[in-house]
Amino acid sequence: MTLSQIIANLPGLVVAIPLLLAPVVALVPLSSLAWVLAVVGTGLSLICAVLIQGSVTGGASYSYFLGNWPPPWGIEFVVDAASALTVVIMSGLAFIATLFARQGLLAEIAEKDAGMAYAAWLLACGGLSGLVMTGDAFNLFVFLEISALSSVILIALGSGTDRRALVAGYNYLLIGAVGATFYVIGVGFIYAVTGSLNMADLAGRIPDVPQTTAVMVGFGFMMAGILVKAAIFPVHIWLPAAYSFAPSAVSALLAAIATKASLYVLARIMFTVFSGTPDVTAIAVEFVLIPLALGGIFVGTILAIYENDIKKLLAFSSVAQIGYIALAFGVASTAGVAAGFVHIGNHAVIKGGMFLAVGGFAIALGRRIDLDSMVGLGRRMPITTIGFLICGLSLIGLPLTAGFISKLYLVRALIEADMIFIMGLVLFSSALSVAYLWKIVEVLWHKPTVSTPVPETPGLYLPLWMLAIGNIWLGVAPAPLIEAAGRAAMQLVGGM
Amino acid sequence: MMFMTPQTALMIGIVAPLVTALLTPFLGVRANWRDVAGPIGAVITFVAALHVAGDVMQGGSPEWVLATLAPGIDLSFRVTELGAVFGLVASGLWILAGIYSVGYMRGNHEKHQTRFAAFYAVAVHAAMAVAWSGNLLVLFVFYEVLTFSTFPLVTHKDSKAARDAGRLYMSILVGTSVVLLLPAVIYVWVMTGRLDFVSGGILKDAVSSEVVPWLLAAFAFGIGKAALMPFHRWLPAAMVAPTPVSALLHAVAVVKAGVFTMLTVVVYVFGIDFLSASGGGTWLVWLTSFTILASSFVAITKDDLKARLAYSTISQLSYVVLGAALATSIAAQGAALHIVMHAAGKITLFFCAGAIYVACHLTKISDLDGQGPQMKWVFGAFFIGALSIIGIPPTGGSWSKFYLMVGAADAGMVFVLAVLSLSSLLNIYYLLDPVARAFFKPKTRQVEVEWHPLTVWPPVITAGISIGLFFYAGPFLDLASAMVTR
Repeated sequence: MTLSQIIANLPGLVVAIPLLLAPVVALVPLSSLAWVLAVVGTGLSLICAVLIQGSVTGGASYSYFLGNWPPPWGIEFVVDAASALTVVIMSGLAFIATLFARQGLLAEIAEKDAGMAYAAWLLACGGLSGLVMTGDAFNLFVFLEISALSSVILIALGSGTDRRALVAGYNYLLIGAVGATFYVIGVGFIYAVTGSLNMADLAGRIPDVPQTTAVMVGFGFMMAGILVKAAIFPVHIWLPAAYSFAPSAVSALLAAIATKASLYVLARIMFTVFSGTPDVTAIAVEFVLIPLALGGIFVGTILAIYENDIKKLLAFSSVAQIGYIALAFGVASTAGVAAGFVHIGNHAVIKGGMFLAVGGFAIALGRRIDLDSMVGLGRRMPITTIGFLICGLSLIGLPLTAGFISKLYLVRALIEADMIFIMGLVLFSSALSVAYLWKIVEVLWHKPTVSTPVPETPGLYLPLWMLAIGNIWLGVAPAPLIEAAGRAAMQLVGGM
Repeated sequence: MMFMTPQTALMIGIVAPLVTALLTPFLGVRANWRDVAGPIGAVITFVAALHVAGDVMQGGSPEWVLATLAPGIDLSFRVTELGAVFGLVASGLWILAGIYSVGYMRGNHEKHQTRFAAFYAVAVHAAMAVAWSGNLLVLFVFYEVLTFSTFPLVTHKDSKAARDAGRLYMSILVGTSVVLLLPAVIYVWVMTGRLDFVSGGILKDAVSSEVVPWLLAAFAFGIGKAALMPFHRWLPAAMVAPTPVSALLHAVAVVKAGVFTMLTVVVYVFGIDFLSASGGGTWLVWLTSFTILASSFVAITKDDLKARLAYSTISQLSYVVLGAALATSIAAQGAALHIVMHAAGKITLFFCAGAIYVACHLTKISDLDGQGPQMKWVFGAFFIGALSIIGIPPTGGSWSKFYLMVGAADAGMVFVLAVLSLSSLLNIYYLLDPVARAFFKPKTRQVEVEWHPLTVWPPVITAGISIGLFFYAGPFLDLASAMVTR
């Protein structure tokens, strides 16, 4: 293959590299070699994603035909500002989580499972990237299943330290399957009416077919399925257990990228596939998406305030943060969708960092981390704690961190759309979220019962610090992310 | 200082406190070096602030652009006339407070002195950045940084009382700023498309006058640091911190950042003429008048010296907000002057309270009976500081009170004159009471007095400054009038 061929095939490679490496990794007996291959896989995938992002900065968008079969029969990958940005965020976070997994994953699973674990890891990364790149409604279901099944394996691996991981994995399997089934039923309805599965093709055909109940039902089923996958309240119930009982490295990976892909799909389906039926999507936004998003924001925040187990607390916080992203998409203006993309990126960096830090604590102390075990950690493990603190301050939106930029743009979009009451609710919840972080911050520098310093290893805190610095960088010089998010929003709703 | 351009001075003034903060942990093992670093950083910052203020007086406005926060909104610093004033106050008093805090922390054998010194310098950095911020968003950014950096100082004692106070402090300051101030800032941004500070304001043609009272309310209550009632309770709670924190931060940097923000918003965002024409400030005149009197009455009931000073601060902060709300050029100048005058006076009072505590561990006013002769210098300084707060010549405080009264008359709000006069009477009662007890009442308690010299000289010097400001108020008067006429 020449260089130009490689470049032409980038959209395929970003998905194919991790997927193809997975079976190889599964057969590798040596855990360190398996990890090296996982790093290579996610690293190459990241390079591809960065190159793709570079190719769309001019506002260009293009398609990639798998096996050179043209759509609507063949499967099409769509490369535009929106998919490129999402994929670059996801593969960047996946790469950093993989770096952490060298020590982070092996500390919590059996050595003999390592090869299989890294294989599932790569499958999840590849599946989630595929979810974003694909321009085919049915192919999306396939990637949904690949990523879901591999995620279930990864979650269940947590049973080495806590048997409840098995139940969490099983619940995720069941609820995830229901979500995927709903989605595919919806696709079935739409296919029956339009005779097509290609998203771009569908967008053109849906306005032309008679607006029967079939279209609405199809839309409803597809949305319901995606809402489950994106963990929107009240169908978020699989998420807290899944995130909190999975191995630390897996929690970080899933929290950073898993729901982000589904949120992207939500926006894509709403704003492009069904762009021809604005009254249908408007109902969905006004009576479903915005109320559920607000519900998630408040339920997640309040549960987090009363939770003492730190991983669970972070998971509840994720439910709230997903609510913010969904709400931003619900504003449905260019500014709103752009704010959603900004928070997709920022929340990945924030929550990925926090789960890495909690993983670092858990591995160093050899126990589950709850509020009591955080007492005095600021003195015992200063490097990890300060990294945790930076990401945490970013979570509550302290200026000069990424979280503030998210808040700024979400509020701006709400004011521009004249949604003042909702803006008030958002800001109130944002002030509430200080409470759950602050109860952790308060104990960090208390006098611990055991005050011996705990050794900290670079393999665990360097990936965390990459994200902590990322939080500050995105808070001080956010212009590139904001511009990319703006282009992504233009791509999705610019035509509306 | 010929080699320093105003822009370099601006950079130095912002960066020097931060460098001091970052160096402090590395100097932690050598306590003497660490404790010299603070005052040295302060002197460098103050020299830079003098240089910047000199340039602003000649019509300049030094600028430093760091990064882009949002399209059209830079992370930048640009010094306004009011910013030059606040920068001088914060950095100048930091020199003395830095020296004083060494004496206080050592004399009191406090723990974690390194952490304390580091966050103290971060807080000053944030205050300087607030003073010299280039637009409203940058101002908000460092306003929040100031809140978070002072939290470890408020909870320094790590007791249950300190933690409870810390929670109240955070929830009021962060809550108000996030729920009210941030949307107000973004609203201005959406309506005008800009956030920079312009003489005469930017809102004039962008919003209708019906919106003005609401927007002003979002700012007035959102700026919790201005301690307007009913969002004032964090300030007495913050008194649990060591006295150097109360002196520099909760009498100067933090609370002045609040009223500075309020005055900046009125002068450079609303524009005095627009606010006065819309009539949107009238309700705030009433509320500040209420706060001035109500907190004075509360102050009278307090027997704890620091609590009494805290309520006095709440009352005095409302003078500044009142000056902004009156929306006349004289009143705004009075408000700007009051930032300076009250700072010098109130820091003196807090220095004295801390000096008394270090010397003989007395905190209650009723215990001070007859202690005066033993602590002549401290109570002498307290007397001068109190005179300045009351507004009696020859102290600086008389200038700002005079301007505020003229401004009130100018605005046709005669009842404000009555409020200010009554407030002066109340001030005389509750601020001179400790001095009178100390010198004229018979001694009720025998205490061992053990001075740390570094706690005695700073209040004496700031008392001298309060008197000096009466005779040499010229530069501040010039900057204040440039603020409203340029």
